[in-house]
Amino acid sequence: MRIAILSDIHANREAFDAVMEAVHERGSPDELVLLGDLVGYGPDPIYVIEKAAHLMADGALCIMGNHDEAVALNLSNMTENARFAVQWTRERIAPAHLDFLAGLPLSLQSEDRLYVHASAERSGKWPYIRDVDAAERCLSASDARFVFCGHTHIPAIYYALPGRRPTHFQPHDNVAAPLSEIRRHLVVAGAVGQPRDGNPAACFVLVDTQRHEVTMVRVPYDYEETASKIQAAGLPGWLGMRLKIGR
Amino acid sequence: MQRFEAGAVIDGFELVEKLPSGGMASLWRATNPRYDFPLVLKIPFLDPGGDVSVILGFEAEELILKRLSGPYVPRFASSGSLAQVPYIAMEFVAGTGLADLVGNTPLPVDEAARIGTDIATALAALHRQKVVHLDLKPENIILAERGAVLLDFGLARHAELPDLLGAESSVPMGTAAYISPEQVLGERSDPASDLFALGCILYQLATGEEPFGRPATFAGMKRRLYHTPRLPRDINDAIPRWFEAIILRCMEVDRSRRYVEAAHVLSDLRNPDQVVVVRRKPQDEGVWAAIKKLFRKTDDRSLVGKPTLSRTQAGPSIVLAAVDLANGSDALAGEVLNETARVLASREDSWLACVTVLKTEIIGETPATDETGRSVYLKRLVALKDWAHPLHLPEDRVSYHVLEAVSPADAILNYAEHNDAGHIVVGARASSAIRRHLGSVSTKVVAQALCSVSVVRLKAVEEQGPRPL
Repeated sequence: MRIAILSDIHANREAFDAVMEAVHERGSPDELVLLGDLVGYGPDPIYVIEKAAHLMADGALCIMGNHDEAVALNLSNMTENARFAVQWTRERIAPAHLDFLAGLPLSLQSEDRLYVHASAERSGKWPYIRDVDAAERCLSASDARFVFCGHTHIPAIYYALPGRRPTHFQPHDNVAAPLSEIRRHLVVAGAVGQPRDGNPAACFVLVDTQRHEVTMVRVPYDYEETASKIQAAGLPGWLGMRLKIGR
Repeated sequence: MQRFEAGAVIDGFELVEKLPSGGMASLWRATNPRYDFPLVLKIPFLDPGGDVSVILGFEAEELILKRLSGPYVPRFASSGSLAQVPYIAMEFVAGTGLADLVGNTPLPVDEAARIGTDIATALAALHRQKVVHLDLKPENIILAERGAVLLDFGLARHAELPDLLGAESSVPMGTAAYISPEQVLGERSDPASDLFALGCILYQLATGEEPFGRPATFAGMKRRLYHTPRLPRDINDAIPRWFEAIILRCMEVDRSRRYVEAAHVLSDLRNPDQVVVVRRKPQDEGVWAAIKKLFRKTDDRSLVGKPTLSRTQAGPSIVLAAVDLANGSDALAGEVLNETARVLASREDSWLACVTVLKTEIIGETPATDETGRSVYLKRLVALKDWAHPLHLPEDRVSYHVLEAVSPADAILNYAEHNDAGHIVVGARASSAIRRHLGSVSTKVVAQALCSVSVVRLKAVEEQGPRPL
């Protein structure tokens, strides 16, 4: 079984399209997951929401991220740029789009895999998994063999044996990392629409359950185009700049 | 714990005969009609409540062995799930275990050097596949017809895979007699660690003694950071200086002084006359030196130096410059020199092999044997050294080779392959009818080289012709 997981698209149409093309070039996956944060930061929220809705109609799984929640519920507990983008997004999308975002679940389980945007632990509080402690808390809040999160925009894999502290691994781009039969795994997906690991190429996760492998696939896309749209839209300039440097 | 008897079948593998093995796993000769090579099954001892390192070692070996290829590792057949019956099925490699030879040491130097060459060849192939063995020892080396075959990847590390083993352990992992100083300090990613172990093995083969004994404690293993072992020639004075120099350079504690790549060890073992023998300062001795040592604060980490990976990724370790000096050092030879300097500059510890070919007309003719032939050879060697002189390379970074051959291209290709060159620089003469017909040296080198090739050509000066209308 092959699973493609797209996290943190952030209203970045160019990155989303490039990644979907790359997903289909590898043969249609058996499961497609949108791991939250469809909107926020980027200039194309309507396009991304409507494309996500089409994919869901075709069987894709989609969960809610903190930016989706903030837009749907008009929350302001975020950093300045994020707050600005939330208001900007709310002013441009239709009530139906808001309803779509508000209706997304916080997490979904499929077989032995749990999909949740930030962490399995206190999922609605959106904690970041940036270290082994946070990974350990996430894994102990679930009994799934595989937990997939996003939210940090930085790819990571944590391997856990029962009763021992998880081991952190920073997967190499486009190199398959092994999945173990005796361990549990927490896979933190890199971002489609706003990578922050120093590589501006979009990132999505490809899982192959037969081969016991997970790959952070990198897809170059036209971030100059996205950045100029961000500028034209009157969104903060840093949101375009960071796409160019991948931070 | 599950026990197996001869005749038992696991996933289509029939167990035939139990082989002697260590404490981590049982080994069985096995048959399976699906594979056309002799098989051995390695079945880990997994006692409930047993040592977790057995599981971790099994995981590491399974992950790494199935990614390895080539003649210097056993072929991987298949593996069984840890959740059911864990096993690794691999090729049974026939040959002599190096451990069986250790009883007969010291070995004659030419035999020790030949074994060293085989191991270095196997290590170069392993390191090219991004794997460090980290437990190189005689028990894990089979001398087979096809060369040295490395076994047991239970402690190995792949540069692009998670180090699940290292993350779980706080004690140094390896074998006390051969473990490198940086491994003692917990570092598990440097190919140079295998070269340290190779040095210990060569030391043992040439002297009959293990350089550090077999310390059982952490403190005992750590002693190798501060105390150098006895010099090999103090134990066995039949060891030539060049061989001792190779052993000691493998065993340097500071990685900035150790060999960085197996290919370089290989090249030195094959070209003893090019090995630079450094006169060693006598060790500080006496009370005053002991007192000084006591007050000299050194950090263990600084003793072992920086990991070698930043250097190995910067550029090729061995650069082969092939220069045609048949008509003296001409403009093309000058351009080959310039390009060579640029390739060398990418890496501060790169090493240059200067090669020129003395063309012989007939196979079997040996111009070096007669008086005039010898002088031709020497003249060319002098010319070669003169050609390379503007590079101002220290003698331990350069070697000179006048090759006598019928086909210059074949001679260059053979030399490059034999010495594992990482980059070839070769000149190309301007195109001519004869050259197009016969094929040029550079064309053949480009077509058949196993590494990158820079072809240097003089920029053509356009001939003045009638201007187009």
